[in-house]
Amino acid sequence: MAATNSKAIDGLVQGKYRYGFVTDIEQDTIAPGLDEEVIRLISKKKGEPKFLTDWRIKAYHQWLTMTEPNWAHVRYQPIDYQSISYYAAPKNADDGPKSLDEVDPKLLETYEKLGIPLHERARLAGVAVDAVFDSVSVATTFKEKLAGAGVIFCPFSEAVREYPDLVEQYLGSVVPLRDNFFASLNSAVFSDGSFVYVPKGVRCPMELSTYFRINAANTGQFERTLIIADEDSHVSYLEGCTAPMRDENQLHAAVVELIALKNAEIKYSTVQNWYPGNEEGVGGIYNFVTKRGDCRGNNSKISWTQVETGSAITWKYPSCILRGDNSTGEFYSVAVVNNFQQADTGTKMIHIGKNTRSTILSKGISAGHGQNTYRGLVRMMPSAKGARNYTQCDSLLLGDQCGAHTFPYVESRQHTAKVEHEATTSKISEDQLFYCRQRGLSEENAINMIVNGFCREVFKELPMEFAVEAQNLLNVSLEGSVG
Amino acid sequence: MLQIENLHVCVEDQPILNGLSLEINAGQVHAIMGPNGSGKSTLAQVLAGRDDYKVTQGSITFYGKNLLEMQPEERAHLGLFLAFQYPTEIPGVNNAYLLKAALNAQRAARNEQEVDAFEFMNLIKNKMEMMQIPKTFLNRSVNEGFSGGEKKRNEILQMLTLEPSLAILDETDSGLDVDALRIVADGVNNLRSPERSLILVTHYERLLELVVPDFVHVLAGGRIVKSGDRDLARYLDEHGYDWVQTEVSAQ
Repeated sequence: MAATNSKAIDGLVQGKYRYGFVTDIEQDTIAPGLDEEVIRLISKKKGEPKFLTDWRIKAYHQWLTMTEPNWAHVRYQPIDYQSISYYAAPKNADDGPKSLDEVDPKLLETYEKLGIPLHERARLAGVAVDAVFDSVSVATTFKEKLAGAGVIFCPFSEAVREYPDLVEQYLGSVVPLRDNFFASLNSAVFSDGSFVYVPKGVRCPMELSTYFRINAANTGQFERTLIIADEDSHVSYLEGCTAPMRDENQLHAAVVELIALKNAEIKYSTVQNWYPGNEEGVGGIYNFVTKRGDCRGNNSKISWTQVETGSAITWKYPSCILRGDNSTGEFYSVAVVNNFQQADTGTKMIHIGKNTRSTILSKGISAGHGQNTYRGLVRMMPSAKGARNYTQCDSLLLGDQCGAHTFPYVESRQHTAKVEHEATTSKISEDQLFYCRQRGLSEENAINMIVNGFCREVFKELPMEFAVEAQNLLNVSLEGSVG
Repeated sequence: MLQIENLHVCVEDQPILNGLSLEINAGQVHAIMGPNGSGKSTLAQVLAGRDDYKVTQGSITFYGKNLLEMQPEERAHLGLFLAFQYPTEIPGVNNAYLLKAALNAQRAARNEQEVDAFEFMNLIKNKMEMMQIPKTFLNRSVNEGFSGGEKKRNEILQMLTLEPSLAILDETDSGLDVDALRIVADGVNNLRSPERSLILVTHYERLLELVVPDFVHVLAGGRIVKSGDRDLARYLDEHGYDWVQTEVSAQ
């Protein structure tokens, strides 16, 4: 198989991270380090009301009393939180662009490279894009069309200015400021993110989409997303992430809060492709993210779909609190690790309401020296009469240097609740590869086809245009992983 | 078209084929028969390029090229097809998707225009009818949950679609009832042409009543010990393989 080996190595060399460019742009950055003054400065730069400044300070003092979690199945050098800059914004962003014409052309070029032209293609695709570049939201398209439907979709900082009551009512109501180490840090220093409010009875007329990008060196990105679906409303939200290639690790500690009121439905899809580090495991993003949805009203539904191909380390557990009776939580996940990537990801389904239902479908793919962990909790509270959960965790191993680990926790305090769990671990089989190659497919295409087949149940949950992107991303992530 | 000379093959240091020679010309149908463990399936796998088998001696030439230096997919692009004895399951991969991807990979390798979904459906429609394969079959995962007979019919559908110049059928007849055997045989006969050749690896004579071979070879102890026409197959069917074994050990 010598020929295949060299082909695979070629693939590895060519299959470099495609988004590893740096945009040379004047940045307004706060010097590295974190203390109360820095937080006040961030808050001031954003012109925030007092409640938010106070909230940040409270979170900061909370954070000081906490220690970094060490239970995840990941390893990394200690993070020096004083060497990180907690704010970086393109220079002219102080007063914020009023329209796309005012956005720095270099930024727009960056988004072109990423394949998200804000102007035309987005409109054709019918996707409204909110692009977050380092810490500041650059431009939000389609505001008018959405406004017609009464949907608010804007940068978080704008929501703080325009809709402070909504922000004050819901911020931290799902992920409290003392929730965990990284969530508290985020609450103290978060710089921007997206805000969505869908009013009663409104079905959001288009997919909402945010692209996050870390550009500046030595910055952390701490975005905050808050989505509120009022009674009888429906919204589908997509998020994509990339970062330049850098030798040092960069921290990304986001918080996402979803609130679904009575009969409301939120579908949240992520395609995460942060820079994973190089083939030796140098550099890459630490993706330490807290995502949680609250099915607050009866018959509400929250569905998480994630495709995690990037980051040096991924630590995230998009979860659902099933508070309303008959509410539904879903978690569909594909997590890929290659080279020296580590992922510890999964979900929590907290069943509180009667007849609540949850589905967990996790597909982990490990290649190279990658370590992939599924960690999930299903908790049936005493009030969760007739609740049901179905969990399926499948792991696929490519090669013999990688690892797959599964930690499913189940706590049931309600005897009428049902919990089902299935798990499989398999290796990509020589028989399958040979079969496909005998039919004329190259080894690489055969692997892609088999891996995509493995992920199909999750991909079909993604909105169409993302499903294709996810498939391509998966292929790029695994290039050169077998040979 | 295909020349096998003095082929020696080991699996995990165990010799399986010991100096097998065979020449196949365009348009010919060769049946390879023999008792269990005589090396029939090994021959099929080595021809298709499975790398668990080590060729220690001998050569295989296909269209004048050294077959043993080629990757499995390169052999497929040259027109070599193997209908597997145990077709593998590929969960989540749609049957039609695999077949279309395979067809287009082969067409691309031969600098031919790739087919789109519409052309593909037109192309396979009649073939599916011939194999009595319902349309719903296409959307199922490759071989997943297929019965034994369905798997074999699916192999023949793939063969008919890919139109190989040399098709090797590895015990495609085993485990089929009479009706399924006839469907499979019809499919195989449909592919026969002056340019195409077939190798039928089989244990039983009954397939050869439906797909009549030009040559029948008996494999024993890793070599071809006897060759003849279809009458040899009939004789084997009546008398079994013991007499062959005796002849071989007498030599």
